[in-house]
Amino acid sequence: MTAVENEKSTVTVTLNGVEIEANPGELLIDAAERHGTYIPRFCYHSRMKPVGMCRMCLVEVDSGRGPALQPSCMIPVGEGMTVDTESEATKKAQDGVLEFLLINHPLDCPVCDKGGECPLQDQTVAFGPGESRFVEEKRHYEKPIPISDTVYLDRERCILCDRCTRFADDVAGDTLIHFMDRGNSTQVNTFPDEPFASYFSGNTVQICPVGALTAKPYRFKARPWDLEETISTAWIDSVGSRVTVQSSRNQVLRLLGVDADSVNWGWLSDKERFGFEALNSEDRLTAPMVRVDGRLESTGWAPALAAATDALRDVDPARIGVIGGARLTNESQYAWTKLAKGVLGTDNVDAQLGDGLPVEAVLGLPRATINQACTPGGTVILVGPDPKEDLGALFLRLRHAVVNDGTTLIELTPTRTGLSTIAGHSLHPKPGEVDLLAAALVDAVSGDARDAAGVPADAIAAAAAAISGPVTVVLGRASIAESAAITVDAAIALSQLEGVGFLSALRRGNVHGALDMGMAPGLLPGRVPLSTGCDAFDQVPTETGMDTIAMLEAAAAGDLDVLVLLGSDPLSDAPDADLAERGLAGAGTVIAVEMLPNASTLTHADLVLAAAAPTEVEGTFTNLEGRMSVAEQKVTPSGTSRADWMIAAELALRLGADLGVESPESIRAEIAAVSPVHAELTEAALADGRVEGVLISGSSIQAPTASGSSTPANDAYSLRLVAARRMYDNGTMLQASASSAGLAASVKVTLNPADFEKLGLDAGTVVKVISGRGELMAPLAADFGVPTGSAMIPANAPGSNANTLIDASASVTDVRVERA
Amino acid sequence: MSYFNADNLETAHEIISRYPRKKSALIPLLHLAQEQEGWVTDDAMRQIAELTDTTPAEVKGTGSFYEMFKFHPVGTYMINVCTNLACQLLGGEELLAHAEETLGIKAGGTTADGMFTIEDVECIAACTEAPCLQVNYRYKLRLTTDDLDQLIDDIRNGRATDIPEHGTLGLVRQHVPADAGAGIVAPEQATERPVWLARNDAVAEGGEG
Repeated sequence: MTAVENEKSTVTVTLNGVEIEANPGELLIDAAERHGTYIPRFCYHSRMKPVGMCRMCLVEVDSGRGPALQPSCMIPVGEGMTVDTESEATKKAQDGVLEFLLINHPLDCPVCDKGGECPLQDQTVAFGPGESRFVEEKRHYEKPIPISDTVYLDRERCILCDRCTRFADDVAGDTLIHFMDRGNSTQVNTFPDEPFASYFSGNTVQICPVGALTAKPYRFKARPWDLEETISTAWIDSVGSRVTVQSSRNQVLRLLGVDADSVNWGWLSDKERFGFEALNSEDRLTAPMVRVDGRLESTGWAPALAAATDALRDVDPARIGVIGGARLTNESQYAWTKLAKGVLGTDNVDAQLGDGLPVEAVLGLPRATINQACTPGGTVILVGPDPKEDLGALFLRLRHAVVNDGTTLIELTPTRTGLSTIAGHSLHPKPGEVDLLAAALVDAVSGDARDAAGVPADAIAAAAAAISGPVTVVLGRASIAESAAITVDAAIALSQLEGVGFLSALRRGNVHGALDMGMAPGLLPGRVPLSTGCDAFDQVPTETGMDTIAMLEAAAAGDLDVLVLLGSDPLSDAPDADLAERGLAGAGTVIAVEMLPNASTLTHADLVLAAAAPTEVEGTFTNLEGRMSVAEQKVTPSGTSRADWMIAAELALRLGADLGVESPESIRAEIAAVSPVHAELTEAALADGRVEGVLISGSSIQAPTASGSSTPANDAYSLRLVAARRMYDNGTMLQASASSAGLAASVKVTLNPADFEKLGLDAGTVVKVISGRGELMAPLAADFGVPTGSAMIPANAPGSNANTLIDASASVTDVRVERA
Repeated sequence: MSYFNADNLETAHEIISRYPRKKSALIPLLHLAQEQEGWVTDDAMRQIAELTDTTPAEVKGTGSFYEMFKFHPVGTYMINVCTNLACQLLGGEELLAHAEETLGIKAGGTTADGMFTIEDVECIAACTEAPCLQVNYRYKLRLTTDDLDQLIDDIRNGRATDIPEHGTLGLVRQHVPADAGAGIVAPEQATERPVWLARNDAVAEGGEG
């Protein structure tokens, strides 16, 4: 027995006369709950620091000096402690606290959205006085006031538990709401004219223990007892946050975060939480559509499928392309891969739109989980997008790790990010030179510091010296204006760090599932290359196919007869708008499989097949760690829309092949049978991992090899473009969400103020931005977080899209900024 | 968004430099802001937030806890009349009523010329000198209504030179040169135990202390 095991690893506490074993340092309220005794509480939340604010959790604790009332959320368990949660004194305290809390709380439960699921209501019934002795006038406030575009605050109902304000300050870092005034006048509020514009504001609504905070999308929509719910997975980004999908009368009305210890801890970004509105939108496709005389018109499934089959039949496989697939469930992705690669015989399949990373960088490097990245005392190196903008729930996990657990964050990003204020070291390389910076950082670890990518040697040396513990690289495309090869080269350099793991930051919903299901050139289901083959496929392409950019180029040259857009919008999302336009125009037949019409569908699709939404199909999603989790069907598909896998199976049948799939379950069984990495995937494992999911590990994909590309120097008159995503953009799903659509900020060109003087321009001036590819007009904005010499323009912002400036074949994009 | 004038901005930076964490300077900066304008404006709070790496909501949330910070314009002279028990027994209420009548405003109000604001306050800790009041937090003790009339007259005619305008805490500002500071560091950056704790350790071990 080792010394550690010799030490007593548990603390014995007597709880209501029964001895229980608690963990050292555990709070009394948690220990009691783990052993079946629920102590009522309002302010305590297991994912936030306790404050002892509401006094509801008072219990009688005897630590050797006689019993006394103590807040159990503030008291760690102690050896020999005796606790009574049912004593007369405890009951009197609970009764008294509730009476106090109810003094000013309006008894408007019948018209309150929280009624029926309200902790205050429930606990008053369970622990409180039977009736009120308070006959005086209650406190009055204007009710409710909007504190942001989506959240309303009713201050009369607030019991000042500090949950929302603690969340805003401690968890999200957006201290935009705060207690104001004092005593009886204390209220939660914002600063005048500075709304609670946080990407995470919806969480405060979920954790509010009364009806004080309500969210616009759910206000007065349903009563809790009319809701049916199921545990599922958020589909908006690739974090794979676990959610409860709640519906009433066959309509999804609300999503709540579920506390999955390995993923989102119960938190959601507002985009994940409110994105369901798009699925209920009036724009949803309810039937297939066909282009007649230039206009899309509704049609039936039989003619639509017949037309699709006609277009696909007897076409040279090299002249067929499939772009997209990140929206689909794993099962649908498998079916589409089987159709494309096994039946049609084309390897021109790419779930990414040229804005992601090559398969080798995602599947060929050692992977890390979110929990590994958040290891206390470890180091996170961010080479990718701002997690706050792209992967909200991951941002909250990383932020917690850095702020509370001593995780060191080193940023190698082109501009300041939402994590910069807490990062140990923020190094901003010149756009397109992050590979040089990464190599210099690795060399600095072994004591050889040098200047690189415009970052001085001492800053690099300091960052290198800060690296400690297990290292995780969060890897993604920071900017679509620089080629993926540069990011890959940076990853290769960083892979030399000892014991390093990589956490992918590709953003799109189920893009990692798409890669696992073989939706990339050269890939087959189960993270294997084409050469491995697939037993369940009749045939497997022999030649590695084209990626999205190559497909668009081929289509533009007239070399693609059929282009399938599988929930993708190349015009808006591909890094090169001009190429996307020429590609879509040059492709023979464009078939879109879509839930909502997007820019590409509306302008170029010859045929649109209506697809069912994530809440309308049964299946699984795979998150950025490779964790599979269930996505349950909650409502019936919109109109006659169908699950994507059904569409693939139907097309295959009409082409004379049988995919052999009957249900998502049967597809999962086939995946488990053919994939070398999904052997553990069983229905039982999925049921066990209902909350935490099932982590899929292992890969047969080789690590990437260095491209050896070099980035050209820019001339003194131009600025180098950084085109990054924002959480709220002009994306089809977001724009179809009524309460979020207006949150997308219109396009701006952001420069370092030092560059203004050089250009003779000021903030607010409307400028013309010119590249070799195109030009756009936008107002100028100032930000010291953008390094001098760089110009930041958001991708796909309302107004103009930065991708109109980008040439996908160039490694970087230089722009000229002129007065318009 | 700049609020502080050049002198005060320099003072603000000096105040901030005294603390290991910028946020600790929040209350002194609110006083400085109040001194400049007589009350704390929204612009002042925005600039304080910028200077201390906090948000305006945090600044207002912290400041609004304190009664002495005013977030709306108040008179140049703030008269706080005590009506708590000891003063009430000795004529505090009458004093307040007289002040209201003389100035033509209710407690909480400000005269049209922006000269006076009256407030009805709880005990100001001068019960032995009841009835008492404060003008800009300077005590005036054992007042009769005549004394109050005289006081108002003095202020109006510039004879109350001992009372600075509202917002000024002290007539003398202490400046601590950067090299004479206590050199306090944040707890997590401290390399040795603070001297007072070290002394306690010595006492506990039976030493001199």
